[in-house]
Amino acid sequence: MNFETTIGLEVHVELKTNSKMYSPTPVSYGAEPNINTNVIDWGFPGTLPTVNKGAYSYGMMVAIALHADITRHTHFDRKNYFYPDNPKAYQITQSETPLATNGWIEIEVDGKKKKIGIHELHVEEDAGKNQHEDDGYSYVDLNRQGTPLVEIVSEPDIASPEEAYQYLEQLRQIVQFTGASDVKMEEGSMRVDTNLSVRPIGATGFGVKTEIKNLNSFNHVRDGLAFEQKRQVQVLMAGGQVRQETRRWDPAKKETILMRVKEGADDYRYFPEPDLPPVFVSQAWIDDVTAKLPEAPAKRRARYINEWGIPAYDAGVLTLTMEMANFFEATVAAGADPKQASNWLMGEVSGYLNAEHLELKDVALTPAHLAEMIKLIADGTISSKIAKKVFQEIIKNDTDPKAWVEEKGMVQLSDPAKLTPIIDGILDANAQSIEDFKNGKDRAIGFLVGQIMKQTHGKANPKVVNQILMSEIKKR
Amino acid sequence: MISKESVAHVAGLAKLAFTDDELQQYTNQLDEILNMVAQLETVDTTDVPVTTQSIHLENVMREDVAHNDTKIADLLENVPTKKGTLIQVPSIIDKEDD
Repeated sequence: MNFETTIGLEVHVELKTNSKMYSPTPVSYGAEPNINTNVIDWGFPGTLPTVNKGAYSYGMMVAIALHADITRHTHFDRKNYFYPDNPKAYQITQSETPLATNGWIEIEVDGKKKKIGIHELHVEEDAGKNQHEDDGYSYVDLNRQGTPLVEIVSEPDIASPEEAYQYLEQLRQIVQFTGASDVKMEEGSMRVDTNLSVRPIGATGFGVKTEIKNLNSFNHVRDGLAFEQKRQVQVLMAGGQVRQETRRWDPAKKETILMRVKEGADDYRYFPEPDLPPVFVSQAWIDDVTAKLPEAPAKRRARYINEWGIPAYDAGVLTLTMEMANFFEATVAAGADPKQASNWLMGEVSGYLNAEHLELKDVALTPAHLAEMIKLIADGTISSKIAKKVFQEIIKNDTDPKAWVEEKGMVQLSDPAKLTPIIDGILDANAQSIEDFKNGKDRAIGFLVGQIMKQTHGKANPKVVNQILMSEIKKR
Repeated sequence: MISKESVAHVAGLAKLAFTDDELQQYTNQLDEILNMVAQLETVDTTDVPVTTQSIHLENVMREDVAHNDTKIADLLENVPTKKGTLIQVPSIIDKEDD
């Protein structure tokens, strides 16, 4: 029997706000435990939450970037559950009237494009963090409690672990380019839960699904789903039934492990949040957020390809992160040839960053300096060999490349009035080489160029040297 | 009629432990409350839109500005056991789900 796979993804993204979703305490990391909390975060009786308008606007930004329809009349709901990292014993979320519905992301797998639907997006609050120690106790830090999140729920349109991977990669990129979140899996600002079921091909209705919670890398998502797909098929082939349950991925053992049999949604006892008045999203608010939305990566790629003649692959690499895309555009704006700017960023710059485990923001290189160096190469002031030395300097230090090459005497010698006497001198001293060349030994030219380079300490412009050398030889 | 099992289930979700006598007592009480509320069912609400609020306010929001005037020492006064500024709680068994 052959099976087909149905996957849906729930992605939590932390919004990059100054303050929390329902309380004014700061959102920040690495602080002393519980320092960024107040009575609202601790769920003290008599305290009242207030909606952070900036967080809601960020959520709208993500929704609009994902082509979703913003819900105009919304209210918040309580999701009740008991856990020490959530002192209110409920999470304020949007259940009945989510922030937005009906979005989509386009992915490409094996050269085929496919739209994955987004069922809904809603804003909610994060919980605190528990530390489990060997002394028989757990310890609670509520600094993260109340951090604004947007949860992005896909339609069950994803048919393979690879499609899930591509969906997440596109989602990460689109959200990052809105500026609403850092979307860093390794720092927990993007977290993924998966739902997967299998059914015999042609069957109506979905199979029983299992959930994998808290996956913290795209590779774990792909591997976890692949394992779960295989496990469910094996269960069904053996005549068994898949149970609705929550599992977790063990990256060391490369298998999913049962966490718990899933509680029904009724157990969350959702009801409208009485402490928050409803929110009406006006067209003016939507227009304002839309106007502030930075250009999406797909639009940027199209612009690079169509306006600047950048190959599609290169345009893809340049738009992997907003930092890189912005740096590229600023370099071009500073006067660099787009193709050269792209080559340097994808080649030397990326190579340096990878080798040193750094990000663009960590190095001294500026778009203005990179553009200036590219111009120095283009106008023949420096050779491409010298440019590599200049590059090492300007990526490490805030050095003006033009002033630096002049100071270091690295400017290429291109002036024929200066080069001609040097070349004549070399020719005078190497009559045999001229003879050899005229007798058809091309190698003699190489020797002569070498001598010229030696005398000019490698600064002579090879192209100009070649031209003068040929015309001077002809004269003899 | 609400069942004793339902009451036990809800009590479990709220981490409350009851004796069998208490469970029976609360089941009777909850049943009376639910019967009273059920009288609302007799009102015809066909053309009444669903309401989620009893106060006529809308868009009460604040700008995204961070501040915190609370002293951590004041918050920790309500914590029975702590370590530094961490809140100590009984070991949480469901270790992966945080």
